[in-house]
Amino acid sequence: MDEIKKLISPLTEEAIHGLKVGDEVSLSGVVYTARDMAHKRLCEAMESGTQLPIELEGAVIYFLGPSPARPGQVIGAAGPTTSSRMDAFSPRLIAGGLKAMIGKGYRGDEVRQALKNYGAVHLVTIGGAGAFLSKHIVSAEIVAYDDLGTEAIRKLEVVDFPAVVAYDSYGDSIYK
Amino acid sequence: MRYIEYEKIVSAVEALCIAAAYELPEDVLAAIEQAAKKESNPTAVKILGQLIENARIAKTEKIPLCQDTGLAVIFVEQGSQVAVEEDGGTLIDAINAGVAAGYEKGYLRKSVVAEPLNERKNTDTNTPAIIHQQTVAGDKLKLTVMAKGGGCENKSQFKMFNPTADKEQIADWVVSVVAQAGADACPPFVIGVGIGGDFELSALLSKKALLHNLDRKNSDKFYAQLETDILNKVNATGIGPQGLGGDTTALACMIEAAPCHIASLPIAVNIECHSHRHKSVIL
Repeated sequence: MDEIKKLISPLTEEAIHGLKVGDEVSLSGVVYTARDMAHKRLCEAMESGTQLPIELEGAVIYFLGPSPARPGQVIGAAGPTTSSRMDAFSPRLIAGGLKAMIGKGYRGDEVRQALKNYGAVHLVTIGGAGAFLSKHIVSAEIVAYDDLGTEAIRKLEVVDFPAVVAYDSYGDSIYK
Repeated sequence: MRYIEYEKIVSAVEALCIAAAYELPEDVLAAIEQAAKKESNPTAVKILGQLIENARIAKTEKIPLCQDTGLAVIFVEQGSQVAVEEDGGTLIDAINAGVAAGYEKGYLRKSVVAEPLNERKNTDTNTPAIIHQQTVAGDKLKLTVMAKGGGCENKSQFKMFNPTADKEQIADWVVSVVAQAGADACPPFVIGVGIGGDFELSALLSKKALLHNLDRKNSDKFYAQLETDILNKVNATGIGPQGLGGDTTALACMIEAAPCHIASLPIAVNIECHSHRHKSVIL
């Protein structure tokens, strides 16, 4: 692999187009957490024309439901959950300006098409390495859907968060 | 009859839940280390190294190995000559109280919803636990906590084969189940296979199979060979750690077999991720 590409979020169209399948990236900046229920609510809000609790333009969503932080810790373990469960919702968010998602595993054809149509990427990071990945998160606060507990949307600030481009904006996938 | 204090069982389960979340079993860590030495794919070597580093951070800094600290699956082997003290609650109550305490005090994620389809409201205690009880001889109580993640459990499968099916057909199907799990379920896996019994027993056996030490040899030569054949075929898929390619798609395949009906050959595959967390205690 080539050298690691630095990414700063929110992401620009130019940054996205510079990414190819297999690229190792190091991401810094703001990342929002969302998993199943939060995705459902975001899409329902878009359907009904309600104001979204986060700014989607250029945003990065991390498919994460962290374990609780101990006193003095920013967050508990913080690894990715399975991306494909968000397949029904991601195209809508991508059309709304979402530029990258971080998860693990495969994405369906509709997501791949949306990545291509709107210029976005799907990144994967190491599933089951929640302790290791938590070291790259420097702040975390709940910004929406507090009642969902671990599934609430959190605004994270990450530093040099490691990931690999699994699906790029050209329609390619890292998986055989 | 020997009696064990209710609170002693609660404390034991609490401690097991916490230890399971932070300490990767030595046999699992050793299997990952060995795989890293043999692995030919540089990306895979790097990922396996990160998993080893993750285990080190989890243990030393008390951060769970994985944010999905699992559904608490408890295997109970209760001697026929041992019981919970009179006036205490039931053994089931003690186990659930231990799980709730462990997940709260250990800063573990509560991942259980009270009801599956309508409201899916989190119970906020990680209970009820899934509890499998077995009566054995003696006056000891053995408790095993397995913290089972959702991502890998979601990829487990069951199939009824014709009783005339041969072991190659079985092996090929197990490999196809593993391939379908792929990157989604956090490889390298531990593969538990339940063969025989009936519909529900085969599934239970597939999970019980995961509790063996990873370097154990099946005492039955036929099944030992089938385990090796499945593991070799799985690792020949090239799926690799995190599905990004490599020789290490699974660390082990372990089979549990049981008698079954002449018409049936039930097979269940329980997919377990590399964060294979389980701890036992004998009271």
